[in-house]
Amino acid sequence: MSLWGLVIATIVGCYLLKLAGYLVPARVLEHKQMRQAVEMLPVALLAALVVVEAVANGRHWAFDGPRLAGFAVAAVAVWRRLPFLVIVVVAAATAALLRQV
Amino acid sequence: MDDSAARRGVIRNCLGVGVAVGAYGAAFGAASVAAGLSVLQTSLLSLLAFTGGTQFAVVGVLAGGGTMLAALSSGLLLGSRNALYAMRLAPLLRVRGARRLLAALGTIDESTAMAVGQRTDELSRTAFWWTFGAVFSFWNLATLAGAAGASTLGDPKNIGLDAVIPAAFLALLAPRLRAGRIERRVGAAGATIAFVLVPLTPPGIPVLAASAALLLATSLRRRTA
Repeated sequence: MSLWGLVIATIVGCYLLKLAGYLVPARVLEHKQMRQAVEMLPVALLAALVVVEAVANGRHWAFDGPRLAGFAVAAVAVWRRLPFLVIVVVAAATAALLRQV
Repeated sequence: MDDSAARRGVIRNCLGVGVAVGAYGAAFGAASVAAGLSVLQTSLLSLLAFTGGTQFAVVGVLAGGGTMLAALSSGLLLGSRNALYAMRLAPLLRVRGARRLLAALGTIDESTAMAVGQRTDELSRTAFWWTFGAVFSFWNLATLAGAAGASTLGDPKNIGLDAVIPAAFLALLAPRLRAGRIERRVGAAGATIAFVLVPLTPPGIPVLAASAALLLATSLRRRTA
């Protein structure tokens, strides 16, 4: 698959998933197991993405000081419920500044 | 409160959500270009896939050295929740034909959350379309700015972008973790699975395998039921 293939498949797939919800009968929602699985899926995937993006580099664990420091400061900002813009800026600024020294 | 005042209040909130969420777009644009996509490919994803978590996942897996297939699978798994949102919105919006095709594009976390939280169906429709419009505008402008900016800045590590990506995922995850205990257990299980698998499997697989954390939620429910 080329990069263009990935972009097009992502676009088509995402759109069809959205459209499908308008076309299926409402009673599918009444399956409690089904509903809870779809609600929980993002929690598992996002948690995995946090870990992989923070401490992995390809097939290795990679504990990069500036990256982890930026992430840690951002985590405090998330915990304090600061706006997204603040979270992004403190993460980037911390990592970038530590790399300057 | 009369109807027009309620309507103005809803629209104001929708615009606020649009500006706040739109800011993610700049981080996505920069991350996407850093992962090797062109500015055009990056902008097309924001315009037509238009679902932040999925877009971040696709470029995140790619940047981590994952295969195209792993990137696509993670992205579509994350996008599957939009189908559920659409099922919830269908009876509220009651859209047909071309408007339904447009409503489908706008079916995302934020537009759903704003629409289902309203007192009347009329206000729900206002909230859905205004949130969609506001998020869509700011998300796409910010994507373009982030992508164009990153492609002129050189090494993304110099601007600390590698720290921004996990921070962005954490910001998306946090409200779900605050929702309840099962969410926190599923999150912890997903994170653990991914961490353990990093050195054992090709990149991209740890994220996909984390969906096994759902089994935990199912078994917990059975025990408490």
